[in-house]
Amino acid sequence: MVDPLAVLNAVVAGVLLGGFYAAVALGIAIAFGMLDIPNLAHPAFVVVGAFATWLLNSHFGIDPVLAGFLMAPLFFLLGLALYRLYHICFERRGEASLQGLAFFFGVLFITEVGLVLSAGADYRSVSAPYIGASLSFAGMVLPGRMLVPFVVSIAMIGLLHRFLARSFTGRAILAVSQDQTALRLMGVSPIRIKTLAFGLANATASIAGALLIIVEPVEPSIGRDFIGRAFAVVVLGGMGSFYGMLLASLILGITESLVSDMWNPSWAPAIAFGFLLPTLAFRSGGLLGRKL
Amino acid sequence: MTQQLIGRRTALAGIVGTAAIGTRTAWAADPIKIGFSIPQTGGLAAIGLQALLTLQIWSEDVNARGGILGRPVQLVTYDDQSNPANVPRIYTKLLEVDKVDLIVTNGTNLTVPAMPIAMQRGMVVFCMLSLAVNDKFKYPRFFQTMPYGPHGKASISEGFFDVAMGMSPKPATVALVGADAEFSKNAVDGARDQARKRGLKIVYDRTYPPSTVDFGPVIRGIASANPDIVYIGSYPVDTSGMVRAARELGFRPKLFGGGMVGTQAATLKGDLGEMLNDVVSYELYCPAVADKFPDVEPLLKKYQPRAKEKGIDPQGYYVPPFAYATMEVLQQAVTAAGGLDQDKIAKAAHATTFKTIVGDIKFGADGEWDHPRMLWVQFRGLKGQGMDQFVNPSAEVVLDPPEYRTGELRYPMGVAKQ
Repeated sequence: MVDPLAVLNAVVAGVLLGGFYAAVALGIAIAFGMLDIPNLAHPAFVVVGAFATWLLNSHFGIDPVLAGFLMAPLFFLLGLALYRLYHICFERRGEASLQGLAFFFGVLFITEVGLVLSAGADYRSVSAPYIGASLSFAGMVLPGRMLVPFVVSIAMIGLLHRFLARSFTGRAILAVSQDQTALRLMGVSPIRIKTLAFGLANATASIAGALLIIVEPVEPSIGRDFIGRAFAVVVLGGMGSFYGMLLASLILGITESLVSDMWNPSWAPAIAFGFLLPTLAFRSGGLLGRKL
Repeated sequence: MTQQLIGRRTALAGIVGTAAIGTRTAWAADPIKIGFSIPQTGGLAAIGLQALLTLQIWSEDVNARGGILGRPVQLVTYDDQSNPANVPRIYTKLLEVDKVDLIVTNGTNLTVPAMPIAMQRGMVVFCMLSLAVNDKFKYPRFFQTMPYGPHGKASISEGFFDVAMGMSPKPATVALVGADAEFSKNAVDGARDQARKRGLKIVYDRTYPPSTVDFGPVIRGIASANPDIVYIGSYPVDTSGMVRAARELGFRPKLFGGGMVGTQAATLKGDLGEMLNDVVSYELYCPAVADKFPDVEPLLKKYQPRAKEKGIDPQGYYVPPFAYATMEVLQQAVTAAGGLDQDKIAKAAHATTFKTIVGDIKFGADGEWDHPRMLWVQFRGLKGQGMDQFVNPSAEVVLDPPEYRTGELRYPMGVAKQ
C-alpha cells in the first residue's frame, strides 16, 4: 500500500528540484531556444557564478542569493563580449552550426581550466541560515536548501517573462527568435538585440550559480552534469517557451523524485528522459512550443 | 643524454618541476623518469592535484637526498581530465615517446584503463587510491598502497560491519546504497557480501546516478524500509547530499555511514560540520592516530602552505600521506632491485617490507597490503561549520581496527546539534 503522504512528499521534492533545474536551463532557453545559439558553455558559466557566490559569501559574508544578483551585471557584460566574438568568428560567416558547437565546447573547457587555475579544484560551498534548515508543513518537509532556489527561480522566470512580454527590447528579443528579416525591416538591428539577449542569458547564469552552490557543493567541472538536463528541458518544453521549459523542468524533477523514492534511483534519469521521445514524437515543437 | 635534450623534452611533455631541474648541472647521471597520468581538471582534480603536489614534494625530497641509485628523479605527467578514455593514450605516450622508466597510477577508474598498457609492456604498476583493481587482472607486477588489504571489495566495508555488529542488541536489517560508478559499486558489492556473511537482512539495495542533485527522495526511500543500519558507497558531492538530506529529513537509524568518499576532505567536512556528528566513515590517516605515524607531520608541514596557494585540500590528511608512501615504496623497490629491470623490481616489491611514513607496508600475492588497516571513525562533538575543528583528535574517534581504537561506537545516531 503506497502511503499518500510519501507520494506527496516525493512530488513536492520533485517540484522544488524542477524549479532549480529551470533556473539552470533558463539561459539555454534564451540562447538556444530563442537565438539558436548552442551555448554548451552555459553550465560552466553557472559554475563560475557559483564560485563568484562562494567568494562573496566566504570573504564578505554576503547572502548567496544576493551575491548571485550582485554579480549578474558582470555576467551580462561577459555575455555581450562572448556573443560578439561568436558572431564575428562564426555567425557572420555562416559557420554557426558545427563550428559554433565546437567553439562553445572550447569555451566550456577553457572556463573549467580557468576555474581550476584561479580558484583551485577543491569543493566549495556557502553558508546561510536556510541551508541545513527545514520547514515542516502538513506532514511535508521542505529543506531550505531546495526551497529557496525554487522560489528564486520562479521569481526570476516570472520577471524575465514579464520583461520579454512588456518591454520594447523584450518584444524585439521575441521577434528576433521568430523572424530576423522582419525585425531588420522595422529598423532594429537583430545583432544588437541578439547581443542583449545573450547577455541576459549569461546574467541568469550568475543567479543560477548562486542557487547551485546553495543546493550542493561545487567543483569546477560540476557543470557538465547539467548539460544534458538543461538542453533536454528546453527541447521538451518547446523552443522559445519559458513556461514550457518550466513545465518540462517540473516534469523532470517530479519524475526523478518519484522514481527515486518509490522505485529505484538509478532508473530516475532514464525514465525522466524517456518522456522526451514520445513528447517529440507526438508534439514536435515540445510541450508548449510552436508546432514545427 | 644532453642537458639540452632533457630541457626540450621537459617543455614538450609538460614535465612538472622537480628539484632536479634546478640542480641538474650537479648530476652526472641521466634522471630516472617516472611517468603518470593524473586528473588535474574534471571531477577528480581535487584528489589528483593533491597527489601531484605530494609527488612533487617527494621528488624534491629524494633529489635533495641524492636521488635513487645516484640518479635524480624526474616526474613526467599529463592531465587525464578525470576521463578514463584519455588514460591509455597517455600511458602509451609516456612509455613510447617519453620513454619513462617507471609508471605510477592513481584512482580505481583511472587505473583500470592503464592496466592493459602496463601489462603488455611488463611494467611494474605502483598504484594508489584504487580499490580491488587487481581482482580482475591478477597482474603479478601490481602494487597498490592504500591499506585495503587482501579482501578486495570487502575491505571498504569490513570494518564498518565489525563495528556495527558490536552494537547491543545486534542490528538485524541493513540498507545498501551507492553511486553507479566503479568505486562505489565495488564498495556496495563488498558490503552486500559482508551483510550476508553476518546474517543481516538487506531491506534496501539500490544505486543512484552520480549526477543526482537532490538526495531527499533516496533517503526517503531508505527510511521507508526502516533499516537498523545504512551503508553508503558515495563520492564527495553525493556524500554531502546524503548527509544533508538525512539531517534535513530527520532520518536517524542506529548506524549511518559507510565507504563515503568526501568525509576525508577538509573543505567538505568543514562544510557539513555538525551534520556529520555520529556518522561513521573511513579514514586512511587522521589526527587521532598522529602519534602512531610521526613522520606524516613533517610532510603535512610542507604540503599545507603549498596546498593553500593551489586551492586544494588545505589539511591533506587523506591523499598526501599515502601518495608519499607510494613513492617511498617505489624508491625502496628500485633500490632493492639495484636498477630499473621491471622483473627485479617486482620481485623486490614482493619480498620487501617497506618502511614508509604511514608505517610498514608488506604486499600480498595480489599486490595489496597483506593485512587491512582502514581506519573506521565516528565524527563527534562537532559544532556549526568549519574545518579547523577537525584538527582536534577527538573530532574523529577511531573505532576500528582495535589496535588504533580511541573510543567506542555511539549509537543510535543522534541529532546534528549536540
